[in-house]
Amino acid sequence: MMRGALSLPTTAPLPRPLAGEGWGEGRYGLRRVCFAVATFFLLIAAALALDFPTLSGRVVDEANILDPAARATLTEKLADLETKTTDQLVVVTLKSLQGTSIEDFGVQLGRRWQVGQKDKNNGVLLIVVPSERQVRIEVGYGLEGTLTDAVSRLIIENAIVPRFRANDFPGGIARGVDDIISVLTGDAEEWKQRAAQRPDTVSTSPSTQSDSVWPVVIVVLIVVGVIILCFLWAGAFCEAVFQILSVISSVSGGRGSGSSGGFSGGGGSFGGGGASGRW
Amino acid sequence: MSRFTASLVHLARVPIIVVLLGLLVSGCGINTIPSLEESAKAKWSDVLNQYQRRADLIPNLVETVKGYAAQERQVLEEVTNARARATQIQITPDLVNNPEAFKRFQEAQAQLSGALGRLLAVSEAYPDLKSNQNFLALQSQLEGTENRIAVARRDYIEAVRQYNTELRTFPGVIWASTLYKGNKPMETFTVAEDVKRPPTVKF
Repeated sequence: MMRGALSLPTTAPLPRPLAGEGWGEGRYGLRRVCFAVATFFLLIAAALALDFPTLSGRVVDEANILDPAARATLTEKLADLETKTTDQLVVVTLKSLQGTSIEDFGVQLGRRWQVGQKDKNNGVLLIVVPSERQVRIEVGYGLEGTLTDAVSRLIIENAIVPRFRANDFPGGIARGVDDIISVLTGDAEEWKQRAAQRPDTVSTSPSTQSDSVWPVVIVVLIVVGVIILCFLWAGAFCEAVFQILSVISSVSGGRGSGSSGGFSGGGGSFGGGGASGRW
Repeated sequence: MSRFTASLVHLARVPIIVVLLGLLVSGCGINTIPSLEESAKAKWSDVLNQYQRRADLIPNLVETVKGYAAQERQVLEEVTNARARATQIQITPDLVNNPEAFKRFQEAQAQLSGALGRLLAVSEAYPDLKSNQNFLALQSQLEGTENRIAVARRDYIEAVRQYNTELRTFPGVIWASTLYKGNKPMETFTVAEDVKRPPTVKF
C-alpha cells in the first residue's frame, strides 16, 4: 500500500492499541488508522464489485427489453435533445443491480460514464431494472434545479410505472423520455435562456477556489520561461514545445461528444439527485 | 552567436533556474497537502449543505403530516426535537478537526435520520396522507436529500482518506512536519447512519 517507511512509528506500539497512543496528535490512534484502512479497502471492494455496462450509445439495453426500431427512435430523440440544449440523456436497462441499491448504482454509473457536459453537469440517466422491478431517474448536478426530485418522481409515477405494470416496457420508457425532454426543454424561449446562463452554479463551486497562489506563480514562470527559450532557440525547439502542449491539451480537455458517429459522456458529474420508483 | 543573443542567454538563466526550482519543488508535492485539504473542505461543505437542506424540508413535512395524522404526536415531536438538536450544533470551521464535536454532530444527525425514518414509516398507514400531492413532493425531496447526503458523505470520506494519507506518508509527511505544521488530520464518518439506526415500525 501507500504507507511508506516513514509512517512506521505509528505501527510500532502495536501490542497496546490504545486510542491516543499514536504519532503526532494524541487523537490519531492506531485503532483509528486500522479502521480507516479497513474502511478504505471496503470502499475499494464495493467499487470493484460493480460491473458497469459499456456506454455503447444513447440507449444501452443490457436487459434486452427494447426492439431495434424502438432503440433507433429513442436514440434520435436523445441526440436531438443534446443538439438543442446540450443536455445528455441516456436510457439504460440493467440485468441486475449486483447487490447494491438503484440509487447507488445510478450515481456510480453516471460518474463512470461522465454523462453531461463537463462545465454544466447536465446529464440524466433513465435506469430500468426489470428483474428488480425498479426504475430511477438519475439527475446530474446541473439539472437538479430543473428536473427536481419531485418532478422526477411524478414522471416515474404517472408516465412510467403504470405502463411497466402492464408489461409495456417500450411504451413506458418512450413516455418517460418524452416527459423528461419536455421538462428539460420547457418552451423554446426558456431553454435558450437556460442554455446561455446555466454553467453550473450548484454544488461544485466550493472546490474550484483554492487559496494557494503557487500554481499561478509556477504557471506564469513556466510560460515566461518557454517564451524566453523560444526566443533563444526559435524553430525546432518551439515546434516541439507546441506539439507537446497540443498533445497535453487534447488529452486533458478533448472529451467532447462531437466525435463523429459514436457517443460518449462529456465529463459531467452526479450527486445523487433524482427519484426512484417500483412497479 | 551575436553578443546580443549571448547576453540574452545570460539574462534568461535566472528565470530558468526559478522555473526549474519551482518545478522541482512542486514535483515533490509541496502543493499536495493544501489542495487535498481544500478538496476535503469543499466536500465537507457539500455534506453540510445537504444536511441543511434536509433540516429545511422538515418543518413543512411535519405540518403536512400533522394535518392528516395528528394522533402520531410522539413521532412528530421526536422529529421536531431531533431537528432542533441537530440544528443547534454550531458549525465551526474546526469541527472537522475536533473528534468530540464531530461525534456530537454525527450523532445528532443520525438521531434525526432515525426519527425521520420512523415518521415516514408511520405515514404509510394513512392513505389520505399518502395520496396528498404536497406530501408526495416532500417525500420525494426528502428521499432525494437522504440520497444526496449518502453520496456527499461518501465523497467526503474519500477526500479525507486521501488528505490524511498524504499527511502520514512519504513525501507528504516531510511537508506536514515542516511547512504545514498546522494541518491536522480530519475526522470522518465512522458508521453509515442508515446502517446504525434502521427505522423501527410500531403497530
